[in-house]
Amino acid sequence: MTGFAAYGSLRHVGRAVLLALVVFPVIWVLFIASGTSFGPAIDDPKDFLITLLNGLTAAALYFVVASGFTLIFGLMRVVNMAHGAFFLLGGYVALRTQRNMVGGDAGLGLSSAQVSLAQWVVPALAGVAVVAGVGLIMQQLFLRWNQGQDLRQALITIAIAIILADQMLAHYGGVAQDISWPGTFDKFVNLHVEGIQYTMTRLVILGFGLVIGALLWFWLQKTRSGMVIRAGVDDRDMVSAMGINIQLTFAIAFVIGSALAGFGGVIGGSFASLAPGVDANWLLNSLVVVIIGGMGSLGGAAIGSLLLGLTTNFAAAYLPANYTYYSIIFTFVLLAIVLAIRPLGLFGRPA
Amino acid sequence: MNSSARSRLSADRIAGGIFVVLAVFAPLIFTEYWVATLLTQMLFLGVVAASLIFLSAYGGMVSLAQVSLYGVAGFALGNLTTNGNTKGLNLGWAEAPAIVVALLIAVLVAFVFGALASRSYGIYFLMITLVFSVIANLFFGQVTSVSGFGGISGIPIPDFLSRTAHPDRLYFVTLAVALLVYALLRYVARTPFGLTLQGIRDDPVRMSSLGYNVTLHRMLAFAFAGFIAAVGGILFVWWNAQIAPSTIGLNATIDVLVIAVIGGLYRLEGAWLGALVFVLINNYAQDVDLVSERFHTLIGIVFLVIVLVSPNGLIGLWERITAGPRRELPMDITQERGSAEPTPAG
Repeated sequence: MTGFAAYGSLRHVGRAVLLALVVFPVIWVLFIASGTSFGPAIDDPKDFLITLLNGLTAAALYFVVASGFTLIFGLMRVVNMAHGAFFLLGGYVALRTQRNMVGGDAGLGLSSAQVSLAQWVVPALAGVAVVAGVGLIMQQLFLRWNQGQDLRQALITIAIAIILADQMLAHYGGVAQDISWPGTFDKFVNLHVEGIQYTMTRLVILGFGLVIGALLWFWLQKTRSGMVIRAGVDDRDMVSAMGINIQLTFAIAFVIGSALAGFGGVIGGSFASLAPGVDANWLLNSLVVVIIGGMGSLGGAAIGSLLLGLTTNFAAAYLPANYTYYSIIFTFVLLAIVLAIRPLGLFGRPA
Repeated sequence: MNSSARSRLSADRIAGGIFVVLAVFAPLIFTEYWVATLLTQMLFLGVVAASLIFLSAYGGMVSLAQVSLYGVAGFALGNLTTNGNTKGLNLGWAEAPAIVVALLIAVLVAFVFGALASRSYGIYFLMITLVFSVIANLFFGQVTSVSGFGGISGIPIPDFLSRTAHPDRLYFVTLAVALLVYALLRYVARTPFGLTLQGIRDDPVRMSSLGYNVTLHRMLAFAFAGFIAAVGGILFVWWNAQIAPSTIGLNATIDVLVIAVIGGLYRLEGAWLGALVFVLINNYAQDVDLVSERFHTLIGIVFLVIVLVSPNGLIGLWERITAGPRRELPMDITQERGSAEPTPAG
């Protein structure tokens, strides 16, 4: 090829640009950060640490949701475009259950003082159960007989996402509402570092992310059913030929994957709020996390969540004050960098 | 060519001819509301859907970023031509240079999107382009200097297209553009570039070993389709006189996908057929009490039924009726290449 040499030098330029895109933000945050509300990290370590913690806790929530998405994709090659709608549905079911349990007039929402731990846990379980059920129905009714036709399955889940989103708008209205944390969680904790008082709810979310990650890891690596799933990811036909009921395995993975979206919705609805459009944002988050991390990889989902959580939080905090609205561009830049280096994501591998 | 294929070809030509004649004489046949609102909308939505179908039919790429590119052109035109009294930059340019620059910006964005997505195949490509689409939507929603949540309103339309003075002209311009787009897409599909693209669709590994630059071809095809989508965006802005982030939100992205799927993802004609059905359902649903509020539930159900019953859309039904030889379902094509990374380095 005649243009080979030119192409090679172009590659070097590309790599240099990529390196600059990674290195410059780090230097900016640590040493420069002019015009931002915090200033550079070396002058203001407290706000830096808070931003770091915010990024980590956001990553935990991204991980809870995206791990369900990646679990379903890894095993069945189904891109569940209804994942965002499942998230919102889980949140709404929990919200309604909580309002019913607490009772009284909740026109302006509940305050955490009114809510006991059980009045958060039971609604959470209700939300998770409903979404797991909806996921199972969707898989058995619409996806099971279309196995292997991944575009058709994606279109089916898109259709279901449209219907669910519109029905949720009809039943739950267009006003943003939120699930109330129980009083037990809703307080500040002294971290004894730089005198930081940090909200406990965020730490609880971090805990959920870590526990769910550990449980998923244990399930997939150390148990028999997890082993079947990993084998199914590598070679579905062979697993099925060995006499294992792969359809049951598929159903289990779909239930767990949907349940994780539902649980994510409960946490997300407690942490932020539930409204139409939230489903699209969470579909976006899940997609970005798995595209960065590599589809079907649990470790990839963890790394992807971490990168996305840190990027969004640092971009929002460390852009000059007039430009904070541009933080969405950094999500795109993060995605662009990863896709430029590894089109299949950091931990992705060809099927 | 066997006789059934020939009969289908002539049936296609007759149906297409009737469609075009009806479209040309529409202002004489239908009311002004129908022509200026519904049919114009059908035509430009068809242009956007055609850009999606072009990529899917000839390139094997189902892109969900077309609506975002249509939006980029629309927002660019809005920012360039408005002159005060609205959000955005209000640059107050003349119409002609503004159109050129708006199209250029959209093609540039399409090129960047294409460069990033073109190494991915099948369902990955769909996901990556969906992410681009949502990011574009959030960008215009958040960046107040170019739009902000409420969007840009009062975008001027060229004088000779003014709806009050010449109610039919925008329709005829849109019709002419739609026919040109159709002819252009058909033509490009027959050029060496288009043939290479179809080769890549069928077997990227073989095309690569024959010495074709697979990624570059897919990238260029994406940028070209982005141009077509951007043309649709310009027409939309003229028709609507305003554009907001919600115009290019997830719902709009899915609407265009629904149009393409209802029409049929592998023939360009499907774009306008799907758009016609979509616009008609949209229009008549407004009159039915139970449905008008829940339009998207209805669309979702129609979409679901089409995907389950006739994955090739209405064009697929039409081909079955006119007894052509059975074509392979496009749904199966992506399956084989779904997650592979067939392009060797270099």
